Amino acid sequence: MVAQNIFFGIMAFVMICSALKVVTTTNVVHAALWLVVLLAGVAGQFLLLGAEFIGVTQILVYIGAVVVLLLFGVMLTKASIGEETDLDMPNKVLPTVIATLMFGVMSYALIDTFRDTELPRETVTNAADVSDSIFSDYIVPFEAVSVLLLAALIGAVVIARKE
Amino acid sequence: MIALSTFASEAPTSLVQAGGWFLEKAWIIPALPAISFVLILFFGKRMKYKGAELGILSIAVAFILAICCAGQWIDQVNNAGDHSESQQQEHGEDHEALVKGTQMGDSNEIEMAAGEDYLAFGSTGEDESHGSVGIQPVVEKFTWWESGGRTFQVGIMVDGLTVMMLFVVTAISLLVHIYSTDYVSGDRRYTHYFAFLSLFSSSMLFFVLSENVLQAIVGWELVGVCSFALIGHWWEEKPNSDAALKAFLTNRVGDMGLLVGMIILFWAAGSWSIIDINNAAIGHEIGHSTLLIAALCLTAAVMSKSGQFILHTWLPDAMAGPTPVSALIHAATMVVAGIYMVARLYGVFFEGYNIAGSSFNILALVGSVTLVGAGLLAFVQDDIKKVLAYSTVSQLGYMVMALGVGAWTAAVFHLFTHAFFKAGLFLGAGSVSHAVHSFDMKKSMGGMRKFMPTTFKTFVICTIALMGLPPLAGFWSKDEILVGTGGWGLFGGTGGNGSYVFALVMGIIGAGLTCAYMTRVVYLTFFGEFRGDTHGHGEPHESGKRITIPLIILATMAVLTGFLNLPLGFLTGDAAGWQERFGHYVEPVATYFPLISHGAPSWSLAIFSTIVALIGVTAAGGYFFVKVKAQSPAATELANGLTSKSRVAKAGHTLLKKNYYLDHLYTDIIANGTKGPVANAANWTNQKGIDEAVNQVGKQTTRAATFVYEKIDQNIVDGVVNLSGRASEGLGETTRTVMQRGKIHQYAAIMFAATIIFAGLLIVFV
Amino acid sequence: MYLVQFLLLSSVLFCIGIYGVLARKNGVMVLMSIELILNAVNINFVAFGTMTNNIAGEVFALFVIAIAAAEVGVGLAIVLLIFRNKRSIDLSTIDSMKG
Repeated sequence: MVAQNIFFGIMAFVMICSALKVVTTTNVVHAALWLVVLLAGVAGQFLLLGAEFIGVTQILVYIGAVVVLLLFGVMLTKASIGEETDLDMPNKVLPTVIATLMFGVMSYALIDTFRDTELPRETVTNAADVSDSIFSDYIVPFEAVSVLLLAALIGAVVIARKE
Repeated sequence: MIALSTFASEAPTSLVQAGGWFLEKAWIIPALPAISFVLILFFGKRMKYKGAELGILSIAVAFILAICCAGQWIDQVNNAGDHSESQQQEHGEDHEALVKGTQMGDSNEIEMAAGEDYLAFGSTGEDESHGSVGIQPVVEKFTWWESGGRTFQVGIMVDGLTVMMLFVVTAISLLVHIYSTDYVSGDRRYTHYFAFLSLFSSSMLFFVLSENVLQAIVGWELVGVCSFALIGHWWEEKPNSDAALKAFLTNRVGDMGLLVGMIILFWAAGSWSIIDINNAAIGHEIGHSTLLIAALCLTAAVMSKSGQFILHTWLPDAMAGPTPVSALIHAATMVVAGIYMVARLYGVFFEGYNIAGSSFNILALVGSVTLVGAGLLAFVQDDIKKVLAYSTVSQLGYMVMALGVGAWTAAVFHLFTHAFFKAGLFLGAGSVSHAVHSFDMKKSMGGMRKFMPTTFKTFVICTIALMGLPPLAGFWSKDEILVGTGGWGLFGGTGGNGSYVFALVMGIIGAGLTCAYMTRVVYLTFFGEFRGDTHGHGEPHESGKRITIPLIILATMAVLTGFLNLPLGFLTGDAAGWQERFGHYVEPVATYFPLISHGAPSWSLAIFSTIVALIGVTAAGGYFFVKVKAQSPAATELANGLTSKSRVAKAGHTLLKKNYYLDHLYTDIIANGTKGPVANAANWTNQKGIDEAVNQVGKQTTRAATFVYEKIDQNIVDGVVNLSGRASEGLGETTRTVMQRGKIHQYAAIMFAATIIFAGLLIVFV
Repeated sequence: MYLVQFLLLSSVLFCIGIYGVLARKNGVMVLMSIELILNAVNINFVAFGTMTNNIAGEVFALFVIAIAAAEVGVGLAIVLLIFRNKRSIDLSTIDSMKG
């Protein structure tokens, strides 16, 4: 019990620090690398919640594919290596205000509602459970997502091809 | 047999329904001439006798069917009497008195109208032995269409009156058909003539058989149309087509009354059926003033169709048509359509005019005035057919007067006898004119008895019948009318429904006049010396068999038909059963016929009227046969007679010659007066009054609209619209420069800010 | 473990992601911030799924991952196209849709 809470605390701290770094650093590549840390932290949180399959999928897909893709994008858009001039909008006050306000509203609502809810212990779901659910109850969204992936694939190729 | 009581009819205590094959299928009778009309129109010209054989065949078969119907009806009446007698001998068996005749036809859509007031006979077991038995007529009808919750039906109603009319119409039509094959032979429109004769016969039979007043209106108009077509048979000459138009249009004036009257009766009685209307009228379900108004409107129709004063002017002009047409239509059948209509709806008239117990009503007045007025006019005519036309008008006046005083059987009997002898007179006149090719007595005839003995004899027999000298038919029927007026006070009087003294006086005067003018006609046509000119054909000769045989038949009927309705008290003993045969079978005894009183025959009245008739004959005979003949055999009037001596007489003569100036009144005063001043006034009102008003309204509206357009629309309304447009534009411009600058971050910021706000609101307020 | 700690974590990440979307000028940086948002949502899903013992939370998280991957692919393609046409992926200079 206590171990889980400690692990949660450590991982949460790391994640928040890396998220802040992602949105404030002046180096694009560093931002991508901080994103990797964040994503790993999220995978860790999944494992903490007992969702084995999702955690592993998170690492595979996000870190393995999405970040690589982002780095490719950075390369192809000729971002300068090293310190970048300006990646931020001139006005940073408004975003700060909005974000803070959003956090305030949400946290108030969440704490107010879920203050005493405890998670059940020792609940682990594995790939078999997930696949059972997908292929029986959620078969239609599954098919829809596969079509969407196909569309995205074709769309990306069409949009970005050389003339 | 149970005799109908004579002094006062009682309501029938039991009703039997008449039936029988011929009576139920009586609609075949008008159908046959209708079919022959169509066939003659299409095939007549190619046939051997140009269509005449079809016409004669159809009307002959109809005649035979009519005789069968008559026989069956007589049988039904006798059976009803016998059945009632035998029923009374059985004591109080409780069974219904519903007696139907022989088998009924199968009823797909034809429904038998059963009388609704059947009484169980058992309850009247203790009746006195002389209860009267009513007979419901044979009614067959089917629904033509329904709309608005009301059904419109077509059907036939056959009772004694119908059967009599069927017999009369078919008999005279058959004789006229045969006569026409000789009279109209070689005519330019021979086939067309026979087609219309068939159509007319069919229409008249249809009218007579009508079950409801709508059908009667249809039949009425149809016979009017046929009359128009046949009067204008030689329409190439303008006077003929004028006469046809005059006949039709004068009838139209009265037809307004017909339509209004029938519609009033429909709304008052709730039904088109004649039986229902009569029941409602007699049973006091319709208010008296409604009945009076309906009866007045229908009287207007009778005045036009049956040639009563003042709408009689078309009948003498209708003589422009061929003579057989005049015999058929304007003597025997169509003009009696009005009489028939009154006789059919007698409940309405009897209750509406309060015929019982009064001494004056419109119907009797109209009839009496017509009687005498037309009789006077007949004196000054030179054309033989016009004399007969006025005589017809006068006799129709007799019938209307009889209906007006409540002598229903007398009027119908007079219709019956008059049809035969008047047709005989017309056909005789036609026979004479066929020989001399003219109708003018003074110019073309005279001394014809030497040349045409058969025509002479039949003509004289029919004349004596018309004059009302015993023992020929006219005497019996005219006498019954005079008895029915109830105005004779001598020797205990005659009973009747009221005491119509004025009607009686006019009737007797009319009888005298009839004799006088007919004697004049006989003298001018058959006696004296021949004044005419046969255009090189030698002396005039007797007409062929097809003309003379109908004349002989009609003369025979003129002699015999009178004995059908011998008055009560005439015969005694075993022969007493032969009295009142006609009335027994024809006069309805049923709920739809009012309780009229019959007059008792009076010998004193009979003798008095005969004396008056003989005075008329003698006076005219003395004038013509003695004085005029003494002047010269070829003379037609005294050279220095009354009219040349006395200015009053001359003025009276002129008045009669000009038809009481009625034609002048209608044509010059009413028609031209309306054409001229009224039309001009209407035109002025329209042009100067209405058009000017409309133009002024237009002008003022234009000015107002211009003002509105310029001041209000342009300035104010448009200003507001333009202002709103400019405001929107300004608002849009502001929004565009502020909110739509194309910056993605700004859009995203707005989106997230809105989300926060709404979420906050949700949390706070929900 | 309380549910609320996971939810708070996820809301923090979400708000940092919002800040990133609104404050970053570079197109690729904006995409990265969107990834942040999506991951925060995923944590939320799985946490609730665990709370109610319903596998649907994890299933939907899986779908979100798939969709996010597709979205990044298409988004980067668009950014590439913008770079090709304007030689810069500074999103504050792309305002040709302004009214």
